[in-house]
Amino acid sequence: MSAIVLAALGLGGFALGYVFYSRFIADRIFQLDPDFETPAHAQEDGVDFVPTNRWVLWGHHFTSIAGAAPIVGPAIGVIWGWLPAFLWVTVGTVFFAGVHDAGALWASVRNRGESIGALTESVVGKRARSLFMVVIFLLLLMVNAVFAIIIAQLFVDVRSSVIPAWFVIAVALGIGWLLYRRGVPLLWPSLIALGLLYASMFVGAVFPVSLPEEVLGLQEPAQWVLILFVYAAIASLLPVWVLLQPRDYINGIQLFVGLAIFFMAVLLANPTVVAPAFNTGLPDDVPPLLPLLFVTIACGAISGFHGLVSSGTTSKQLDKESDVRFVGYLGSVGEGALALAAIIACTAGFATLGEWDSFYSTFAAGGIPAFVQGGGAIISEGLRLPVHFAETLLAVMAVLFAATTMDTGVRLQRYIVQEWGVIYDLPILTGRVAATIIAVGLCIALAFGAGGGAGTGGLMIWPLFGTTNQLLAGLTLLILSVILMKLGRPTIYTLVPMVFVLVMTVLALLVQLAGFWRQEQYFLLVMDLFILAAAIWVALEALSTLRRARMSEPEEEVEVGV
Amino acid sequence: MSGSGFSERLDRFLDLLREFYESRHRGALAREMRDEDDLFMLLVFSEMMGIPNPASYYTLELLPVLYEGFHDWHIRMGMEHSPLDHFRCC
Repeated sequence: MSAIVLAALGLGGFALGYVFYSRFIADRIFQLDPDFETPAHAQEDGVDFVPTNRWVLWGHHFTSIAGAAPIVGPAIGVIWGWLPAFLWVTVGTVFFAGVHDAGALWASVRNRGESIGALTESVVGKRARSLFMVVIFLLLLMVNAVFAIIIAQLFVDVRSSVIPAWFVIAVALGIGWLLYRRGVPLLWPSLIALGLLYASMFVGAVFPVSLPEEVLGLQEPAQWVLILFVYAAIASLLPVWVLLQPRDYINGIQLFVGLAIFFMAVLLANPTVVAPAFNTGLPDDVPPLLPLLFVTIACGAISGFHGLVSSGTTSKQLDKESDVRFVGYLGSVGEGALALAAIIACTAGFATLGEWDSFYSTFAAGGIPAFVQGGGAIISEGLRLPVHFAETLLAVMAVLFAATTMDTGVRLQRYIVQEWGVIYDLPILTGRVAATIIAVGLCIALAFGAGGGAGTGGLMIWPLFGTTNQLLAGLTLLILSVILMKLGRPTIYTLVPMVFVLVMTVLALLVQLAGFWRQEQYFLLVMDLFILAAAIWVALEALSTLRRARMSEPEEEVEVGV
Repeated sequence: MSGSGFSERLDRFLDLLREFYESRHRGALAREMRDEDDLFMLLVFSEMMGIPNPASYYTLELLPVLYEGFHDWHIRMGMEHSPLDHFRCC
């Protein structure tokens, strides 16, 4: 099968979903009203609530939700064959993620721009709010640990990516300084920054960097994990304009450039999908497709994390309520396109089925390295670039996504720890540095607890991360369903995804529980139990809340909470 | 004609790009700025609150400028009315 056909089917499916399904949801279910006064206007303060151009807002929303996760998930998930991953990404994006993301945005806009956390309390109850905090903390913990491990693995696999990946920090610092201290217009610094970034990839190829094989019993990936957390701790303590802002900006630009390059290369090279539609010769350690596919590929099909972005910052800047469809739904379509790119890279980027098979020899063996090698081959063929450069380009892209997420993730974790310090009256937790050290310490413990001294086995956490992410999505869909029920509108479009996601999550946790027991991975076993408890808790809350909502009369004319 | 159309479009694009750069962290930056301004406000009004301020002679002329934000400031600091006897607000 030709990769162009796969790309056309996927992108065509997204387009149909946007044109037809999202219009139906926007008009009939959410009943978006362009004249409704959004929080950005009603509560405009120049700080959080600012009406923003919908293209700009879409750009932010998309670049905040798209990171390394929609690449890693599909890159591992194609081990069951390209068809299940492809179907789950397209169907998931159109019917699950789009409704979930746009729904979270709509619910927040209709409730004074409140976050999903706050909505959980007002719609479901106080107990559910604490549950929500726990799930988010677990999610951040796993994101940071997993992403550090992924970057470390990339640094070891693609040594030419080390120099550009660190060099971009200097470039970002330079841009921040030029813009804020010197007031230089944005155009030239942007172009020069991109030029420098791509030039540094050539330098990286000439000077590949490697660390000593073993220091104090730590192997090379483990050393990188430690270095990365030291960096993340420092970066998260710096003022936003110094590093985070220019880094996010370069990242965003680079995401658009990368996606354009990739799909252009697919069009020019027209590679053949060598992977089987259904993989019948699965390696022994691969868990069953049902339910594991649905938690391995979370971002790119449906991800609870998006609801946090939708309701956290995007909803406070929405100019018109009718923009919900453009920003929310199309944001998840963008992420679906990234996941699609990952699927194509990992199934069509290999010359023969034998080569693909040898790459996907164990469950966690695929992942980002497959994306880098497969995608690199496609880009180098389509655009006539050296293979090594193309691979470095993709590796750096993945590193930058993961690293920026870590910067933000550690910062958010620090906020949560500081908040606990205030709630439980523990002044020691409220300090910036102390809270950061605690946050980073927990992440390091998780990264090493799962992988031992090598620090690499941590990719075992990936499906656990997916389950937590889906739990969050389930919670958000529950809140949406309750709000719709109270308005007397159809709830099936949010309830079906919710039930599906929660059932798959619980099943996946049970399957993994057995797996961890057999492999004597007790650390992960405990982690799994924690998440399972949270999952059951979410399901129970869902049942009782829905029963309560069903018994009360619908209040058609009155908007919830307004 | 097409030349001016292009440059207009380029300008529009650059404006959007600038907004793309700035708006993502606008809230965080504005909050930080506000915190610093609040501290400055406290400095300028410190003499009236009984905190000796050697620079008060110079900060006196800033009072009319800062008065605009005075109401928001005392509300943010958790005081319903002006904390100063001879400096009325609301």
